[in-house]
Amino acid sequence: MAERSFAREVQDLKLGDGDEFRGEGILAITKALLQSGVSYVGGYQGAPISHLMDVLADARDVLDELGVHFENSASEAAAAAMLAASVNYPIRGAVTFKSPVGINVASDAIANLASGGVTGGALIIIGEDYGEGSSIMQERSHPFAMKSQIWLLDPRPNLPSIVKAVEDGFELSEASHTPVMLEVRIRACHVHGRFIAKSNRRPGFSLRQALENPRRDTERVVLPPASYLHEREKIEQRWPAAVKFIKERKLNELFGPEKADIGIIAQGGFYNSVMRSLQQLGLADVYGETAVPIYVLNVAYPLIDDEVAAFAAGKKAVLMVEEGQPEFIEQALNTILRRRDIQTKVCGKDVLPMAGEYTPAVVTKGIKAFLELHAKDLLGNAPPPPDAAAVLVDPKVKTLAKTVPPRPPGFCVGCPERPIFAAMKLVQQELGPHQIAGDIGCHLFACLPPFNIGATTMGYGLGPASSSAFNVEADKRPISVIGDGGFWHNGLSTSVGNAVYNKHDGVIIVVDNFYSAATGGQDIMSSRAKNPARSTNNAIVDAVKGIGVKWVRHTDRTYNVGWMRDTLRDALTSKEGGPKVIVASSECMLNKQRRVRPQFQKSVRGGQRVVQERFGVDEDVCTGDHACIRLSGCPSLSVKETDDPLKDDPVAAIDQNCVGCGNCGEVSEAAVLCPSFYRADIIHNPTALDRFIAAVRRAVIGFLQRRREARRVVFAD
Amino acid sequence: MNDQSGTGARRGFTTERPICVAILAMGGQGGGVLADWIVALAEAQGWHAQTTSVPGVAQRTGATLYYLEMLPPKEGRAPILSLMPAQGEVDVVLAAELMEAGRSILRGLVTPDRTTLIASTHRLFATAEKEKPGNAIADPSVVVEAAGVAAKRVIGFDMEALANASHSHISACLFGTLAASKTLPFPRDAFEAVIKAGGRGVEPNLNAFRAAYEQAGQPATAKPAVKRPGKRFAPLPAAAGRADLDRLLVRIREFPAPLHDMLFAGVKRLTDFQDPAYAAEYLDRIGTLHALDRDNGGAAKSYALAAAAAKYLAVAMAYDDVIRVADLKTRTSRFERVQRDNAVGDGQIVYTTEYMHPRLEEAAGTMPAPLGRFMEAHPRLFGVLFRKSRRVRSGTIRWFLVLYGLAALKPIRRSTLRHRREMAHIDKWLALAQASIAANYDVAVEIVNARRLIKGYSDTHARGESKFDRVIGAAPQLAARADGADWMRRLRDAALLDEGGIALDGALKTVSTL
Repeated sequence: MAERSFAREVQDLKLGDGDEFRGEGILAITKALLQSGVSYVGGYQGAPISHLMDVLADARDVLDELGVHFENSASEAAAAAMLAASVNYPIRGAVTFKSPVGINVASDAIANLASGGVTGGALIIIGEDYGEGSSIMQERSHPFAMKSQIWLLDPRPNLPSIVKAVEDGFELSEASHTPVMLEVRIRACHVHGRFIAKSNRRPGFSLRQALENPRRDTERVVLPPASYLHEREKIEQRWPAAVKFIKERKLNELFGPEKADIGIIAQGGFYNSVMRSLQQLGLADVYGETAVPIYVLNVAYPLIDDEVAAFAAGKKAVLMVEEGQPEFIEQALNTILRRRDIQTKVCGKDVLPMAGEYTPAVVTKGIKAFLELHAKDLLGNAPPPPDAAAVLVDPKVKTLAKTVPPRPPGFCVGCPERPIFAAMKLVQQELGPHQIAGDIGCHLFACLPPFNIGATTMGYGLGPASSSAFNVEADKRPISVIGDGGFWHNGLSTSVGNAVYNKHDGVIIVVDNFYSAATGGQDIMSSRAKNPARSTNNAIVDAVKGIGVKWVRHTDRTYNVGWMRDTLRDALTSKEGGPKVIVASSECMLNKQRRVRPQFQKSVRGGQRVVQERFGVDEDVCTGDHACIRLSGCPSLSVKETDDPLKDDPVAAIDQNCVGCGNCGEVSEAAVLCPSFYRADIIHNPTALDRFIAAVRRAVIGFLQRRREARRVVFAD
Repeated sequence: MNDQSGTGARRGFTTERPICVAILAMGGQGGGVLADWIVALAEAQGWHAQTTSVPGVAQRTGATLYYLEMLPPKEGRAPILSLMPAQGEVDVVLAAELMEAGRSILRGLVTPDRTTLIASTHRLFATAEKEKPGNAIADPSVVVEAAGVAAKRVIGFDMEALANASHSHISACLFGTLAASKTLPFPRDAFEAVIKAGGRGVEPNLNAFRAAYEQAGQPATAKPAVKRPGKRFAPLPAAAGRADLDRLLVRIREFPAPLHDMLFAGVKRLTDFQDPAYAAEYLDRIGTLHALDRDNGGAAKSYALAAAAAKYLAVAMAYDDVIRVADLKTRTSRFERVQRDNAVGDGQIVYTTEYMHPRLEEAAGTMPAPLGRFMEAHPRLFGVLFRKSRRVRSGTIRWFLVLYGLAALKPIRRSTLRHRREMAHIDKWLALAQASIAANYDVAVEIVNARRLIKGYSDTHARGESKFDRVIGAAPQLAARADGADWMRRLRDAALLDEGGIALDGALKTVSTL
């Protein structure tokens, strides 16, 4: 069960010839796969391609009808390996993941796949997570295409172009016996647009046929001497075949006048940005007319030498708009032109920045600088492009820069991971600071305030592995954190198995929240949900013990901060050698609320007795020291300015979004904070007995309160 | 569809440009819903609309941006729309929180030639604002000032309050304000039709939309008031109807008028905390300080020493002991506040559970001093009794009686160990201020003000006290300097910056080199 239901989007997958699809880019790709007669789809979730996985997971009936096999792969490596089905059979397959992290993990399988080549179309759809909002290292996926000699599509960021790229990609793959990567940037994945759909196609050759009539060809296996032949085949046969296909089918596009002194070559994904910049410079309009010729590389690799040469020939200069580094395409352009002795000047990273996202302002500045160097007349007396420079230098805005607080992502309201890190903070207060390795997942938010826990992150499921050097005699033990997602992705063998085998004397905390939560709440092996299509409820504790860990502790309630603290202290001070694993399990609150809240509201409306728990702060007891916040960071636990003249600092306050997870109370107990927290149990639809007991209590308590208040000598309020 | 005059027109290009809208929200605020509504609105009018976002993990409570462009097709050709906002090109910015409006200005999305800035003025505090031991809440007026410079037009008001009143979400209020702003060339009915077509929560959303539409029309929204709440001082009454209280009022009036408000606040608190006699002791101490203040030229300084002492001595004397907490937790007013804060309705029942963790220290502190000292001297003997924390169900008769009984210990408070210690601490603190006043009046005032650092319970309290000790420890050295009070103030501010006192240590190091 993913974070949101895609029941409505599934309907879009059923559209037929001539119907108009309106929706998100990544869902358009999903529809395009079905239109292309894909036989199997696999992948690993992660922004920005999670929705492709999620919608297919909800679309069983559509897939069954078409005979399409869909799999939630255990990792990107598993997904890429799945493409082996297209090696010997004329079967189309597609896999998808976030990149470049996904392609890093998948590269072993991709390299092997690329060596032997494919018979059926093999498409690798990568969601390029670069620039603003990215959660990963800033690198390019481009060199993976270069090193393995597979082709890289980078379509213009509109739905018709992206859908066409999927269809072209399969054909290109088959025509050149080469896997094809389709790169879609994060905003293009989430772009809302429209395209005219085609009916879905049943695969011509089914997986069942293949399974019942197996084929093999030793020449396709990566073993010498075939592997030597593969390399030659890539260069001598597959590459020319690809070039021929790309040229004949005009996959790259030309816009604007045929003759001009200058031109722009752009990655397909940057076409819209280039057009907007030209529009700002008065050289294009919003409907696609342009005074500057643009050669759009919908195929980012390989380059088509003849097309490049023809575009550059006769021009004084061309500008390459290529985001990221190194500037692989720009370097290749120079090689192509030098080999043919074409003297057109190639600009690129000289006027555009080498590193960082190509925002509209950056692209406009770069194109303007290029035109000033090589076609000043084109700029004429155009008005200056819009910018905000005047605003940004205003003293009042400069003051604002010091005022607006940073707002990085963090743990949600009621997150079950919060108490784990609160406990870690308390243990460190006792035993001093420790070497702590982080991992990939929501739990990495712990490295930010208020927890400030975790020094490194080396990759998904690699947290404990990244502590392995610290397996030496010392007065403190290393701590590593790993999530349930990372644990199953590859952490069980690479991190936990590694620690067992090497007798690693550290502490491993497995943060188990029942989902792959950071990527959208997809099920994984240890999910507690019953998923008819998948095998869930495989306990992490069993896996950890099975792989040989002797010291294992488990809680099914992470909110028990005292237990967490004591257990962590035990793990750090235990005399036992070998890895000490604490599995801390509680359901992701975001997903739990999605599940529980509608049930709760239904019960309340239905007149059933339900008890709702919330937390509160007695503001007259709170002294405004904010110690509770430094052990929580919950969005729901905030501060409010008080009108009490005897209090200088804001007091703690809990807002209406509190889900009553219990962390506040447990932390205040474990850390011996102030007694201002209380839990309110609100009984909806109380029974007659409830009401009777409440009336008795109210009578007694009310009597006592009135008695004391009558005797109290105070100034009237 | 503003025309963009320039060379484009001369080349025969069309001059239309899309309407550009940016939405700044935090994950979970419904920015995506709002973006979808605007797309549906534009598409229903036959326009092309494009929206993009970068959700990913930023969705988890972080600042996020949604960006839309819209334009009608021309001669069957779809417009080419940008996936990212360009500085200086955004027509409307919708900010779901005040500091996010500030962020939009810093990102260059708001420019005076073009941008209508629509913002909710409520605050959701960031961790950086909440976690500091002092008051780190960002000044909201800075955003309003900058918006005045950056935006062509501002429409701002508290949309969260409006959304809550309609049992809806802030997105519906932003949508209503967008409609009222007339920045999109679509009629109000078309906006409402989109909400109706949404199918879920239609009535609450429409109510919020309409309420926001109305409020957006009011001129005050162009320069929204974002004043921070001040302190509430009760006016000094002529009489309180009891001889002992009236005597206190008479004594307050013997002080200079500027001190009255704070003295009355202190007297009120201490009468409530203990009894009128205790408040009278407070006035005795203030009286001594005030006399000293006057003798050292305090009149020229608005009796700053007495004023500071009026506040911090009241805080110090109304220390938070078990008796006090039990008293506050059992009051009618507290029961009523719990009902109110949790919006407990008529047909519902609410019970509270208190998280108490009395340690040996607190228990011994509540005992008569000799007994308390004996207990502290034998932690092994008594410690076992106080190892566990208690969840006190204060709505049940049994637990209420326990708290009620503890609060009833008030008459013996003055003999408790805790009281002795608090009084000794106060004596030492004020003695230092009194000793310093002749050498440096302002430093003496800052010694009194340093009491702000002592707050919280257990470890937090101990850390605060240690910071307090370190700050006033620098007073003898600083009293010799003309700018000594400035340094004292800097030390206090530094102490409020972080929990561990790292900034304070740095500041003390600087002071030691003076």
